[in-house]
Amino acid sequence: MNKSVKWLLEVLLLLAAVVFLSPIYIMLVNSFKNRAELYENVLSLPSSFSFQYYSEAIDRMNFLTAFGNSLYVTITSVVFIVVLASMTAWMLVRTDNRLSRIIFLVFVSTMLIPFQTLMMPLMQVMDWIRSNTGIPMLNTHEGLIFMNIGFHASMAVFLYHGFIKSVPIALEEAATIDGCTKFGVFWRIVFPMLKTITVTVAILDVIMMWNDYLLPSLVLSSTGLRTIPLATFYFFGEFTIVWNLAMAGLTLTIIPVVIFYAFAQKYIIKGIAAGAVK
Amino acid sequence: MKKNRDRAWYALFTVPLLIIFSIVVIIPFLIGIYYSFISWDGIAANPKVFVGLDNYVRLFQDQRFIQSGWVTLQFTLLALIIVNLFGLVFSMLVTSKLRVRNVARTMLFMPNLIGGLILGYIWKFIFTDAFRNVGEATGWTGFFFNWLLDPQYALFALVVVFAWQMAGYTMIIYIAGIQGIPDDVMEAARVDGANLWQRTTRIVFPLLMPSFTICLFLTLSGAFKIFDVNLSLTGGGPINSTELLAMNIFNEIFGYNRYGLGQAKAIIFFILVAAVTITQVIITKRREVQM
Repeated sequence: MNKSVKWLLEVLLLLAAVVFLSPIYIMLVNSFKNRAELYENVLSLPSSFSFQYYSEAIDRMNFLTAFGNSLYVTITSVVFIVVLASMTAWMLVRTDNRLSRIIFLVFVSTMLIPFQTLMMPLMQVMDWIRSNTGIPMLNTHEGLIFMNIGFHASMAVFLYHGFIKSVPIALEEAATIDGCTKFGVFWRIVFPMLKTITVTVAILDVIMMWNDYLLPSLVLSSTGLRTIPLATFYFFGEFTIVWNLAMAGLTLTIIPVVIFYAFAQKYIIKGIAAGAVK
Repeated sequence: MKKNRDRAWYALFTVPLLIIFSIVVIIPFLIGIYYSFISWDGIAANPKVFVGLDNYVRLFQDQRFIQSGWVTLQFTLLALIIVNLFGLVFSMLVTSKLRVRNVARTMLFMPNLIGGLILGYIWKFIFTDAFRNVGEATGWTGFFFNWLLDPQYALFALVVVFAWQMAGYTMIIYIAGIQGIPDDVMEAARVDGANLWQRTTRIVFPLLMPSFTICLFLTLSGAFKIFDVNLSLTGGGPINSTELLAMNIFNEIFGYNRYGLGQAKAIIFFILVAAVTITQVIITKRREVQM
């Protein structure tokens, strides 16, 4: 290829990517501007960098609490999903009988059910459990985690199932002969070999649960329990006209995502590709 | 003896997840079918009246629901085309030998990590204030005006935001597909004198069919079920013109407290999503070729 054409293409691609991310730029610059400056020109750089709106947004959104809540709910849910789904999928693959095939089929076919079809009856079930057993399923983080595990179980079992089928059984058999229990075989031998797919499952679930709005909005009603999307929703409802404050709030919510992306980029992109191709 | 022990292990490994899964997904799905045949306002003390198929008859007479279904169809079709077009073009650019390809890929994928609710809010600012501001500065007010005030443009705005979020995602899947095409096949075609256009349409596209199947499935089901962006960007407005099906169902149940009717809509919604996505997978699967 001609050298100057190649340079032109390089610049064009970079430019396209920059234009693509311009909404992020607009959000960022306007989070520093005062009202007059914002209405004069939304595209210009701010004349000064004051973090006034950020500290106000942190206060009003209760950002640190919301961040902690999101972190707790997401991490706990992911740990449970990884542990329970990998164990279930392994048993389903290694015990090849009709029951296993039916269970797997049920997991897979329910993946098509939209959340909207389940949300109202789910709330009735949770309410029934609360009033009949006293277990606080609604308005607690643990209740939300329980529901997260249920909703993300199918996809995780499906991904693990596909992966485990390609793992050779010889090592497991050798360990069984050596007197290892099933529990020991799974945790000492099988689980370490599932590392790649575990990363995929964890990343897909982290992205979905961190950003989920609808389920937490139905489960959590106390202000102090709100996750980041919930806090953003109520914050935005209050300050929708005060754009600079709103933009500072939105920037705050994106910072953790950007940090996560910066550190785990390689795994995220690989995980997305692996998860989709299965 | 050994058989019993094996059964116990089987139960120990699978039952915990099965219990949670049943409580969260299976049981709500089944009693959801029952709820769609009753009339109830969601207040525990009030009676649940069995009305048979009444809700199903009513929802087909509900103009707002029919309208919402129609708009959802338009949205899905537009989103499907734009997301996959951009995803495909991006994937071809970043699999080229350009030096900036890795940086570009990182940047193009980024919006996918931000939640739909937050994306909607960012773009709300852009479509209202930034667009007006640019329109005043450049005089191109035919394009740069507040899109969210016009029913048709508000729908386009939803498509733009959805595409912005999903294009990078489909790009990743197309990249995996393109990289899976063996070099010798491309090389052989080049030696035989096939030009870039012929190589793309005759070799790359047919071999990419599995990626098309996945990407079309993901955008189709994603677009059909969209809720967060709808809520934060347009809120269904102006005057319910962009109220997509997921939001219509939500409003029917939790807004107007018509639990039975809303659940009947939710069942129809499920059948629609399942039918459309399964049909699509069957059609595109049939066109996949073996190497």
